[in-house]
Amino acid sequence: MTTTAASTASSGLWNLQTVAVCGGEISLLKGGTGEPLMVLPRDNGHPPRHEFLDLLAADFSVYYPWLPGFYGGAPEAWEWLANVRDLAVVQRQLIVELGLERLALVGLGFGGWVAAEMATMGQGRLDSLVLVAPMGIQPRRDYIIDQFLISTESYARAGFADEAGFDAVYGSEPGFEQLESWETDREMTSRVAWKPYMYNPSLPRLLGGVTTPALVVWGDSDRVVPLECAELYRSAVPNATLEVFQHCGHAVDLEQPAALAAKVASFIRGAHRS
Amino acid sequence: MHLMYFTEQPMAAWDPESAALDEIPIGGGRTQRVTALLHSNKNFDPVAASRLYNERLDEYQYVEEVGFDGIMLNEHHTAPFCMSPRINLFAVLLARLTKRVKIVLLGNPLPIWDSPVHLAEELSIIDMISGGRLVSGFVRGGGVENIQANANPLFNRERFEEAHDLVIKAWTEPGPFRWEGKHYQFRVVNPWATPLQKPHPRIWIPGVASKETVIWAAEHRYPYIGLNTNFDVSQKIKELYVGAARGVGYEPGPENFGQLLQCHVAETEEKAERNARQFMWMAGEFTGLAHPVWGSPTGYGSRSNRKALIEIAGGRRPMVKPPALNQRRLEHTFVWGTPDSVIKQLKHVLENNRVGILALWGNDGNINHEDSMSCIKLLGKEVVPAIRDYAKELGLKDPMEANAPVSLRETAADELVPVQA
Repeated sequence: MTTTAASTASSGLWNLQTVAVCGGEISLLKGGTGEPLMVLPRDNGHPPRHEFLDLLAADFSVYYPWLPGFYGGAPEAWEWLANVRDLAVVQRQLIVELGLERLALVGLGFGGWVAAEMATMGQGRLDSLVLVAPMGIQPRRDYIIDQFLISTESYARAGFADEAGFDAVYGSEPGFEQLESWETDREMTSRVAWKPYMYNPSLPRLLGGVTTPALVVWGDSDRVVPLECAELYRSAVPNATLEVFQHCGHAVDLEQPAALAAKVASFIRGAHRS
Repeated sequence: MHLMYFTEQPMAAWDPESAALDEIPIGGGRTQRVTALLHSNKNFDPVAASRLYNERLDEYQYVEEVGFDGIMLNEHHTAPFCMSPRINLFAVLLARLTKRVKIVLLGNPLPIWDSPVHLAEELSIIDMISGGRLVSGFVRGGGVENIQANANPLFNRERFEEAHDLVIKAWTEPGPFRWEGKHYQFRVVNPWATPLQKPHPRIWIPGVASKETVIWAAEHRYPYIGLNTNFDVSQKIKELYVGAARGVGYEPGPENFGQLLQCHVAETEEKAERNARQFMWMAGEFTGLAHPVWGSPTGYGSRSNRKALIEIAGGRRPMVKPPALNQRRLEHTFVWGTPDSVIKQLKHVLENNRVGILALWGNDGNINHEDSMSCIKLLGKEVVPAIRDYAKELGLKDPMEANAPVSLRETAADELVPVQA
């Protein structure tokens, strides 16, 4: 477990809990009150500071799990996971184990891909879906950045349009614990997304059956997943709207947390009224 | 004693200055000059390479003529330090162009093969054309090799072991059979090309002392060849190997151990030293300079070494620099000089390491064809006979002389007496 999680949990706002799923255990932070909302993290894990989460917790009961096999859990218990659809099935079972009958699902980057796959498997419990710069659909003109050719820190930095934002969240030179957590995350990413890298060729077709109200959010300066994928997602999901944030990179939740939290909250309220 | 000649087959026409163009960030504010993977092949010169490939073939034929026992080949990818991206191509050429020497492949990188059955076929053909002169080594391949082939480094060791098992089965058991493994699946395995040597060609495993690989080689009774390992590392390899060998029931001897050394010979000490500097042609790195993330991708390395790898890959700790030229001489991983001086140095290595297989890495960098041929001549005519005689005195037999079984699997059960440490 990261000290980040422990210190956040000890602040009183967040509680750390563990849920048994598929023979393994998933850790998650729970905080706030209101309608249930689950946030799935990126492939480089939980950041040490996450204002976006704190803001959401003012309006919702927020569930923030670690993806199975990623840092913060027990990676060796999840070595059987073979692809991102496997991850999605595990996350759906987590929702069942938590007893959440209805929820809003928010996926950040890689977590957005997992959320999109989850939605294609049935929308019974899903009231709304928010996908923040998700991987999962192959760009047509450009490529999703290849994290396996650069250091884990370089990859995390690429998530920001302005790297001063990275320094503010992670510090200008992240310590060993952070590097180790990214390394563990990368090992799991390698396991489930090595080839084809960061997309599922079937996903655009499968998303055609997802009628849940969906919001697709993208930063106009995303260096990780090309902006063209925003339109590909919007056109693949029948009830999706697209919101592009200006002067913003891939990690929209870290670069513009207040604007994103406000947008997400108003979208979910609107979706629940309709 | 098996004495073989080796060269990395360098792209000698490559301009080292071109690497200065490829400085890339590695984190922690550091940059890295690269000569592999992303170092552009616009710096490759096919006209010069056409000449170089043919000069190499002439050199290899001469290696046989002057009296070596074998020619050791290897492969690397997307880098100027090695022009051989497919070891089996030169092997099949040498199968026909030579008549006597062993063709020693150290080795085929198993994990980057998506079809080990195809590999089993190619090796069988090399063995048949050569009249049973193939020694088939296997390696895991470096990080760069795995990335360029898009082989997931996380599964490198699993793919190595499964591909090995499949090749051995394809060589030794009649087809057709079916293979449903974790990484490889085949409806029908039934290659109409099987090795001439029975039960199969010898398998030697080269490496730089990865603990898991040393133990794996020992447990299969495959000789382990230390690649430019110094006395300390060679000793550690030996201890690991002996422990694992005793655990499965046999006592290893010199025939289970080999050594690759850089070894350049010239008519004078001055010329030898001048050419020795060519081995440092890539800033002292002989497997190409790579971003640490490519050299040891996530999941590729041993977990026991994880902390150092993370710090190096993150730019928090400098990459381990290869030893300087004089350091190599002091550590006996590089010997150079006139034949007499080299013989003296090699004797010292044999006394210490007591190996049955010795590979001499004769030429590298920009050493020209004429000097390469001269080195091969002096090695073959003067060094090889002297070392062969000395190895006899020391009782250092190679696997063929010792008539060692080709593997643990091919060792009679009643000869095996496992001893737990």
